[in-house]
Amino acid sequence: MSFRTPLGRVRGLGSAKDGTGHWWMQRLTALALVPITVWFVISVIGMAGASYAEFSAWLANPLVAGLFLILIAATFYHAVLGLQVVVEDYLHKEGVKIATLLVIKAAAVLLGLTAALSVLRLLFA
Amino acid sequence: MVELALPANSKIGEGKSWNGKAPAKRPKTFKVYRWNPDDGRNPQVDSYTLDLDDCGPMVLDALIKIKNEVDPTLTFRRSCREGVCGSCAMNIDGTNTLACLKPIDEIDGDAKIYPLPHMPVVKDLVPDCSQLYAQYELIEPWLKSRTPAPERERLQSPEERAELDGLWECILCFCCSTSCPSYWWNGDRYLGPAILLQAYRWIADSRDEYSGERLDALEDPFRLYRCHTIMNCTKTCPKGLNPAKAIGEIKKLMVERKM
Repeated sequence: MSFRTPLGRVRGLGSAKDGTGHWWMQRLTALALVPITVWFVISVIGMAGASYAEFSAWLANPLVAGLFLILIAATFYHAVLGLQVVVEDYLHKEGVKIATLLVIKAAAVLLGLTAALSVLRLLFA
Repeated sequence: MVELALPANSKIGEGKSWNGKAPAKRPKTFKVYRWNPDDGRNPQVDSYTLDLDDCGPMVLDALIKIKNEVDPTLTFRRSCREGVCGSCAMNIDGTNTLACLKPIDEIDGDAKIYPLPHMPVVKDLVPDCSQLYAQYELIEPWLKSRTPAPERERLQSPEERAELDGLWECILCFCCSTSCPSYWWNGDRYLGPAILLQAYRWIADSRDEYSGERLDALEDPFRLYRCHTIMNCTKTCPKGLNPAKAIGEIKKLMVERKM
């Protein structure tokens, strides 16, 4: 039971003055991923049947390694932003929501680092 | 909160059925959602079969005929009967629209009539819109200016006035907001398409000097950014307006002022 007015409820804690960066980065990463993913898919198809030595030699090219790192960063960043929206949309228990967001971010950092360090290891091998 | 199943007290049962006195030449059955807060029962769907030869062309004509001649307890809002007041917004044949603008002929089979979706129901087809009215008040829908009021009207060029076309026509029937899944799940914090279109109506007004403050009040992960461009709002608007575009314009301005 609450005697709070409807206006009091919808004004709530006010505007967070935030969200534009999230929205804009989601679109920028999406845009960036279009050409990078096309490049990645074409490259990998071109590598079909290649040996490990051939592949690591290709990846040791700084331009290729750089594009790979951008692909990894954009993919995980975009995934975190997208999943965050889904969680905020559907999970309404504050504790569950915050815990889920932290797990998603931690998983993205861990997987992203693993991928990026693998690229670096081949680059500097 | 996301509700995938109706709560037990909202499960809809089958109600009464009325088939008319004389056999109808062009019979049409209207299945109407009924709920009375006073009888303690679950909602039910009543069936009324009318003769279309003896009824006006719009769904609202049928509802008024039912109320006048069959069942005076049927409760719904209506006023202008010509798509200007926004009172008779309801879910007809699965789509939110105005009963007064919806021709019965456009409905195949039985005409199913429900209140606006995911809203608290006051009675039958009357939803409780107090949250939407409060959200409308939140965006301060009036002209705000620091320049002292001039002796005569505040001037606006024809081009500046044209910026408001597609916005001023909104009659606040809330067909759009109540068709938006994001508003269903997060309506307590998301403002929804109707209110955001109205907010943009004042941001876009060349005479208003508070665009920045208005954008500040909207810049929020929930108030504005729960819009995921689902476009149900634009699809359902009985006035043919485009709330999704208005929201897109607000988002553009948010980025623009950071550049």
